[in-house]
Amino acid sequence: MAERLSPLARFTPVSSGDLRIAEIPFLTQINLRVDPKSRAAADIGLALGAPLPTEPGTCASADADLLWLGPDEWLVVGERGRDLEGTIRAAAGTAHAGITDVSAQRTVVAVEGPRSRDLLAHGCALDLHPRVFGPGRCAQTMLARAQVVLAARDGDAFRVFVRSSFAGYLADWLMDAAGEYLGVTPR
Amino acid sequence: MLLIPCPWCGPRDEAEFHYGGQAHVAYPENPAALSDEEWARYLFFRDNPKGRFAERWNHTAGCRRWFNAVRNTATNEIEAREVTA
Ligand SMILES: [Zn+2]
Repeated sequence: MAERLSPLARFTPVSSGDLRIAEIPFLTQINLRVDPKSRAAADIGLALGAPLPTEPGTCASADADLLWLGPDEWLVVGERGRDLEGTIRAAAGTAHAGITDVSAQRTVVAVEGPRSRDLLAHGCALDLHPRVFGPGRCAQTMLARAQVVLAARDGDAFRVFVRSSFAGYLADWLMDAAGEYLGVTPR
Repeated sequence: MLLIPCPWCGPRDEAEFHYGGQAHVAYPENPAALSDEEWARYLFFRDNPKGRFAERWNHTAGCRRWFNAVRNTATNEIEAREVTA
């Protein structure tokens, strides 16, 4: 049987006291579009354990992570192999909603540790200070000119959702930018 | 680089946006009745003021929503913005 390889299968996770970078492959990701004021939106929130966040740039966490992508659009993220699409479809019933499995569209790079903000700031124009972009914040933006979804989690942990075809480039860029925090001598 | 205030996401780099040209250009009610010149005017002719200009922007690298903004073409200050359907 063919082995399933993640976009960053060849990326070796790195770890120092201040910084850790690793791929979290194969998370279940569902793109959800639904009128936030509809009954279906409320029912989907109930089924997922938290209301769909309506404040721009915020993320709710329950049985799954619910990332705000737009006024009527969310990214629902759960563990590998979870049937989130089935859960959402059952909750939405026949209501007008777009429910699309996009798990293969992006992979996730976890950037964690006290230096994570410094590292991301090398290529991201957003203000990543915890006061502005603390746990529970998310944003679609550019990191090193690649489109990403950034999500801040507890501690100094980030998830960087990047398109599969950009993942290798972004991992290379992260490793290059992280040199000074990992004690690597520049070439 | 301009800092453009997306009505949903807040201020973001210009590089995250796609420009959509002049706002409030209405589609002709009866296109078939237009002369070639009138059609060309609808397609290709736009205002080019020095000063306040209402224009369309799409936040392509962010929330991917269209919105209107009033930009002062002389100073690049964005004075107003509105969410569009
Ligand atoms: Zn936006």
